[in-house]
Amino acid sequence: MSAVDMIQFNADVMASTPEIALGCGAMALLLGGVFAGDKWSGLVTWGCVALLCGVAALVLTTGEGRVLAFGGTFIVDPFARFAKLVVLAGSVNAMLMSLDYLRDEKLTRFEYPVLVTLATLGMLTMISANDLIVLYVGLELQSLALYVLASFARDNARSSEAGLKYFVLGALSSGMLLYGASLVYGFSGTTNFAGIAQVITQSGVPLGLMIGIVFVLAGLAFKVSAVPFHMWTPDVYEGSPTPVTAFFAAAAKVAAMALFLRVVFGPFAAAEKEWFQIVTFLSIASMLWGALAAIGQTNIKRLMAYSSIGHMGYALIGFAAGTQSGVQGVLIYLVIYLAMTVGTFLCILMMRRDGKAVEDIADLSGLSRRDPTTAYLLAILMFSLIGIPPLAGFWGKWFVFLAAIQSGLYFLAVIGFVASVVGAFYYLRIIKVMFFDEPALPFEKSLGNVNSALLAASCAFVVFFVVMPAPLIEAASAAAKSLFP
Amino acid sequence: MAPIALGHYLTVAAMLFTIGIFGIFLNRKNVIIILMSIELILLAVNINLVAFSSFLGDLTGQVFALLVLTVAAAEAAIGLAILVVYFRNRGTIAVEDVNIMKG
Repeated sequence: MSAVDMIQFNADVMASTPEIALGCGAMALLLGGVFAGDKWSGLVTWGCVALLCGVAALVLTTGEGRVLAFGGTFIVDPFARFAKLVVLAGSVNAMLMSLDYLRDEKLTRFEYPVLVTLATLGMLTMISANDLIVLYVGLELQSLALYVLASFARDNARSSEAGLKYFVLGALSSGMLLYGASLVYGFSGTTNFAGIAQVITQSGVPLGLMIGIVFVLAGLAFKVSAVPFHMWTPDVYEGSPTPVTAFFAAAAKVAAMALFLRVVFGPFAAAEKEWFQIVTFLSIASMLWGALAAIGQTNIKRLMAYSSIGHMGYALIGFAAGTQSGVQGVLIYLVIYLAMTVGTFLCILMMRRDGKAVEDIADLSGLSRRDPTTAYLLAILMFSLIGIPPLAGFWGKWFVFLAAIQSGLYFLAVIGFVASVVGAFYYLRIIKVMFFDEPALPFEKSLGNVNSALLAASCAFVVFFVVMPAPLIEAASAAAKSLFP
Repeated sequence: MAPIALGHYLTVAAMLFTIGIFGIFLNRKNVIIILMSIELILLAVNINLVAFSSFLGDLTGQVFALLVLTVAAAEAAIGLAILVVYFRNRGTIAVEDVNIMKG
């Protein structure tokens, strides 16, 4: 290796320090877990939390501006840093939420934190992908870990069924994405995002490339669970252990959305005419179906699945706007959605009776008389999910709707507004059940210290976002700007 | 006889891909058949990649195909592991019986 190569190699390694640290750390913790056994799994969990926090610090401190590494296949820019920090926050939450739950369900195994860490490594890789191969490897690393996590309660028929369904539909979506990637490679002659963008700018979109783009977008739509590729979501959310569901709803959705943004505004930026229709359709269908199908649900985790489908529809409005303010809106939306969904799943974690998790909405009846604090906190989160001002959920919708109106997409904003009103029904029903129905039997205990702190933090974010929105808005703006060089 | 052109390879790959998709959705018998269909989809992708790589004179496609093979092996291993866990809980792997949760 010549001196010049060596310098380049060092620069590449520097750019990917967070991923390398995360990979090595995960393997070290896996080894530690194997040697120490399950009785030390708490220690492994805290080790993974420390590792993720350390990686977040690395993401914050290493490098500035836009760095290309490994021959242009790996990109680190403000957008990637922003998305990585959000994903890491979601993963840390999923890890901390699991501590009490896994103990109560007698699932304490050290594999859980290690799998979450490996899935996070896949997410960070796909956020930084600047090449179809890196995209695929990152996505698969994430998906393979998530399949196992979904069936983590392996003596539970529902959990293994969730894992099986997630595996089959996830593998199908990876296959579709990959088939699209092969066509994109064949008709543009390169797998590099910058190269693909250049080919499309110069010579337009031939039919083969068009088909490739459609398949890639369909594969990504599966991962963000946009209608009509959403059918796995309710079953997987219902069957998986609750902290895993929170991890799907928070970190995995954010990472898939970030990848979606990178792909439509990177390699396919010049093909906007082609993907605009697809994204608009996905957005409208997700918003409406997310609102309508949730109405009849009785299981709260299933309800949250439809809620997440609807929220991804709102976020997709920002894609359709196709502008920097649209991307900024999507990023703000994702952060706010992460806070709301983590808070709601913490409340769901608390729903235990007779040593078992209960998941029906009816089990929340009269919660305001049994446990007023939790009832009020959950009510705040529900109002925020509806989008009532001045809570954070309102501002998330505000920014994407504003971007749509600036781009002249009035119909999208109107449909979004209508879907929010319809969706308000099922969130309000939960509030009605908690405050006005006859109390059901009490839950066996309140949340532990760690989970209470997380719940308080997410509610504080939702309530006080309006007081100090500037840091998040500025960070999202800088991140969005880097997608439009 | 006409030489085999890129279009022929792409047609075979498209057919294999379609058979794979139909294998997943039309099969009501056995989850193992779904796993085989997934492999078929990935192999269709590999034919595409290698054909393009050869006709473009560019090695990237073959590197991609090798990575797809590796990941497909990992995916099959995880799929079979989940299937074993599922079978231990339910005692059946018929697709019709995968329905504790509606949807």
